[in-house]
Amino acid sequence: MRNILALIAGSLFGIGLLVSGMTDTAKVQGWLDVFGNWDPTLAFVMGGAMIPMAIAWAMTGSRKPIVGGEFPARPEPKLGRNLIVGSVMFGMGWGLAGLCPGPAMASLGFGGFSTLVFVGAMLAGMLLAPMVRQSMDKAVPAE
Amino acid sequence: MQIDWIYGLIGGLIIGVAGAVFLLGNGRIMGASGIIGGLVDGSGRNTAAERISFLAGLIIAPLVIVQFWDRTTTNVTSNIAVLIAAGLLVGIGTRIANGCTSGHGVCGISRLSLRGMVATVFYILAGGLSVVLFRHILGVI
Repeated sequence: MRNILALIAGSLFGIGLLVSGMTDTAKVQGWLDVFGNWDPTLAFVMGGAMIPMAIAWAMTGSRKPIVGGEFPARPEPKLGRNLIVGSVMFGMGWGLAGLCPGPAMASLGFGGFSTLVFVGAMLAGMLLAPMVRQSMDKAVPAE
Repeated sequence: MQIDWIYGLIGGLIIGVAGAVFLLGNGRIMGASGIIGGLVDGSGRNTAAERISFLAGLIIAPLVIVQFWDRTTTNVTSNIAVLIAAGLLVGIGTRIANGCTSGHGVCGISRLSLRGMVATVFYILAGGLSVVLFRHILGVI
């Protein structure tokens, strides 16, 4: 059941990314490019996605997940260095290629060699991340 | 061009339903970088099957749709150095920040998470800066 629901969610996520146009890097970079020919699409995608998601969060108060267990606890509202440094690094890469992890995976099947190279580098980055975090901690302790 | 925002809104709503299914069904936050990263670094070993199922749907469903609807334009650069640099930044950055556009952005902001909102402000600002720097100043993209 858990895997079937995950497959359905993943499929819907991929279809949504495709329909929204977020697999087209020109639309993503067009939204980030406020000094160029600005493209508002991404704002509609983010706004649209938050509507069902906000309803879902509201529904978590009175029930349990279908497969059992608990809903994810609200994280401590702690804004550490990792959140900021990581988000800035991610944003730089996102602007550079116009790809973030979801759309990169959704276009993996038809994006050709370029998408494959990006995803390969992204996976390598994810593998390196714990080491990068450690060396950051060594240079300047987090808190 | 004019109707692109309608596709954006419809696609966004589908993405939101996907996140709602994953949350209400499995009790999990639909964050692409977390789902992938947990498989890559082994931290999500106990939920590997669920993660692989999600990613199978994420990769295969769009591939099925484009057989009937030619929406394969990615406009992705063929500059290998840019792709590798961007991929590394996205991979390292999302794992250090513990989230990306889907986890911090869609799922975080919709529950009014301070961390999600702050992360989103910073990656959007950095993304805008990145486009200004690499497109308008350096001219590499």
